[in-house]
Amino acid sequence: MKKSVFFGALAATTLVAGLAGAATLEDVKARGELICGSNTGLTGFGAPDASGNWTGFDVDLCRAVAAAIFGDATKVKFVPTTGETRFTALQSGEVDLLVRNSTWTASRDSELALDFVAVNYYDGQGFMVKKDLGVSSAKELDGATVCIQTGTTTELNLADFFKQNNITYQPVTVNDDSEAQRQYLAGACDAYTTDASGLAASRATMPDAENHIILPEIISKEPLGPVVRHGDNQWADLVRWTFYALLVAEEKGITQANVEEVLASTADEEVKRLLGASGDMGAKFGLDNAAFKNAIKAVGNYGEIFARNIGEGTSINLARGLNALWTQGGLQYAPPFR
Amino acid sequence: MALAADAPKDSFRLSMLVYDTRYRSYTIQIVVLVLFGMALAWLLNNTAQNLALRGKEFNFGFLWQRAGYDIGQQLIPYSNDSTHFRALLVGLLNTLVVAFWGCIFATVIGTIVGVLRLSKNWLVSRLMTVYVEMFRNVPLLLWILLSYVILSETTPAPRDFRVTDEMAAAGTEPAASMMFFDTVAVTNRGTNIPAPVFERGLGTLDLGFMSLNLTFWAVAAVIVASVFVNRRMVVGARAQQEATGIRPVIWWKSILILFGPVIALLVAMGLDLEVPELKGFNFQGGILVAHSFTALTIALSLYTAAFVAEIVRAGILAISRGQTEAAFALGLRPNRTMSLIILPQALRVIIPPLISQYLNLTKNTSLGIAVSYLDLRGTLGGITLNQTGRELESMLLMMMIYLSLSLIISAVMNMYNRAVQLKAR
Repeated sequence: MKKSVFFGALAATTLVAGLAGAATLEDVKARGELICGSNTGLTGFGAPDASGNWTGFDVDLCRAVAAAIFGDATKVKFVPTTGETRFTALQSGEVDLLVRNSTWTASRDSELALDFVAVNYYDGQGFMVKKDLGVSSAKELDGATVCIQTGTTTELNLADFFKQNNITYQPVTVNDDSEAQRQYLAGACDAYTTDASGLAASRATMPDAENHIILPEIISKEPLGPVVRHGDNQWADLVRWTFYALLVAEEKGITQANVEEVLASTADEEVKRLLGASGDMGAKFGLDNAAFKNAIKAVGNYGEIFARNIGEGTSINLARGLNALWTQGGLQYAPPFR
Repeated sequence: MALAADAPKDSFRLSMLVYDTRYRSYTIQIVVLVLFGMALAWLLNNTAQNLALRGKEFNFGFLWQRAGYDIGQQLIPYSNDSTHFRALLVGLLNTLVVAFWGCIFATVIGTIVGVLRLSKNWLVSRLMTVYVEMFRNVPLLLWILLSYVILSETTPAPRDFRVTDEMAAAGTEPAASMMFFDTVAVTNRGTNIPAPVFERGLGTLDLGFMSLNLTFWAVAAVIVASVFVNRRMVVGARAQQEATGIRPVIWWKSILILFGPVIALLVAMGLDLEVPELKGFNFQGGILVAHSFTALTIALSLYTAAFVAEIVRAGILAISRGQTEAAFALGLRPNRTMSLIILPQALRVIIPPLISQYLNLTKNTSLGIAVSYLDLRGTLGGITLNQTGRELESMLLMMMIYLSLSLIISAVMNMYNRAVQLKAR
């Protein structure tokens, strides 16, 4: 009897293990919470605040997805991942969704069997140096020691950049942002390189932020976005359109504060479809019809998320730049909500 | 008689497999074997299934792709255009160089501490006890981090060495200066030491799949040959001493054989020292020994030396006091007693546990990841794994390499152990 129970359990776990990854939405609903892979701590993008609540630009996207599924933005658990562990955590099913300033590349899409569903931040790789180093361009960094996070695309870009410019450098490979900052501040490296947004975030947490400058060169394209496992299209669609819903909301002027008001008064059919007042958009994604309204209500539209976490006036102080809406000269463009 | 002849003749029954002690052990072994086989098959099947599910296939082709990343410390030429396999070799050599120096330092320090712990001098023996207990009982990772932080936080930045025009005019000294006649600079990044350069080096030999640095191998070959010849001479001298009772004077021949050829070769190739110089952000020229390497080697040596000290102490204590007294009675001096009587016997006790310490040290080099030391774990198991997404292949390959390393080390040490074993004649 005992044995058969054991083998039954074994068979069941095999089955579950085999099926995990097929229907992520069902798993998440059954579990009652979304598990989101986040940064180990990058201020403005994903980091626990003083009271232990995760906040940030990437974190808010996870909350929006949780709000769309459950109507409750708190039903999400954050699992900190490093540059090294993030994709393994996603592939193995440890997290349902990875929103952790990860760069969309061809080989990650194909070889790693991941799906980058959208780009929530258009970024590029930059360099940060101490002001008193007297450097004003990355091309003057010949012979410098450079701190670099391992397991990232920036590692490869760095090698390419120095080779193209016929200059040399000495790499110091570190595991995460905090270790890189420690090494950089201790003077173990002359320059720290990562995504420009990450540099701004790191600088914001430094005690002497005004003594560090970010060099003007942006040496790569770093489209950062939410990642899901390959092969679960329903789940990929859900995450993609939750993000687009936030973009459409900004485009249509729907904010966290006025969403109910707009819903009551609008004559715009696309807004009605988005907020679930007409059609069955939510149901098409296997969700409640008010799913996207809940998402907007929970975290606000894309512009609000940006302004609150990393925008001008915050300690990170990033301009919208490429991340402005397409109507304002940026790249953020949502396909029609129809 | 009839009873004895009537021993159970009955044919084999199935229940005998369980109740008959003659068969029971076979039954158990077969059951265990089947269970083990099933577990293994399940693991393999599960792996294959999950790999297929993720659309991944198991192959090592990625090793021949361009690596694309740079490595700070390279013992063989490597650039980001090299293959992942080349990066693996660079990492493996970085592992080996730490393991090599670590084993040597650990043995030397460990032996000295082990002997000193038995010293009759109260202060010395207590100090050594404190050392051993401190290092044995704090995790190795903390020692590595501590030595790294001390090295990188207490040393000056490269710019502190710079003499600006104003400083030269005012006659002030820079905040830091080089050591040993301006040849060695210790900065917060590493130690810059002079590098040997050859005016008339032998160049490199390209074998297609790899290139050999002929200068290096020529020097290595000459050293090995000198040591071999010297050894033959010493053996010859001993034979003569045993035959005639008179030991021929050979010390000057030894020095000549050991150092003469190497010096001649180096002079012939035009040896010169390239002294590091401050240029731009860092010292250029010479060899940069990064603090990650130094810290890892120091911490591994001191940590393992604490264990070696205990092994040496145990080995010496294992030899009974009577042996020493007998040697003294024969008129041997204390150091001859140690080298001729005690150590040869103690080695038998010391070597086996020492092997496992060497193995530990070699495997512990993988902790270098904590101080950004790019060893095998850092290259193959770190960056290569990440950039190619080949977790299973990289991990299996890394395990195979560490396993082979350990087996080679223990095979060599076992040979040495057999050589010092008490031989029954």
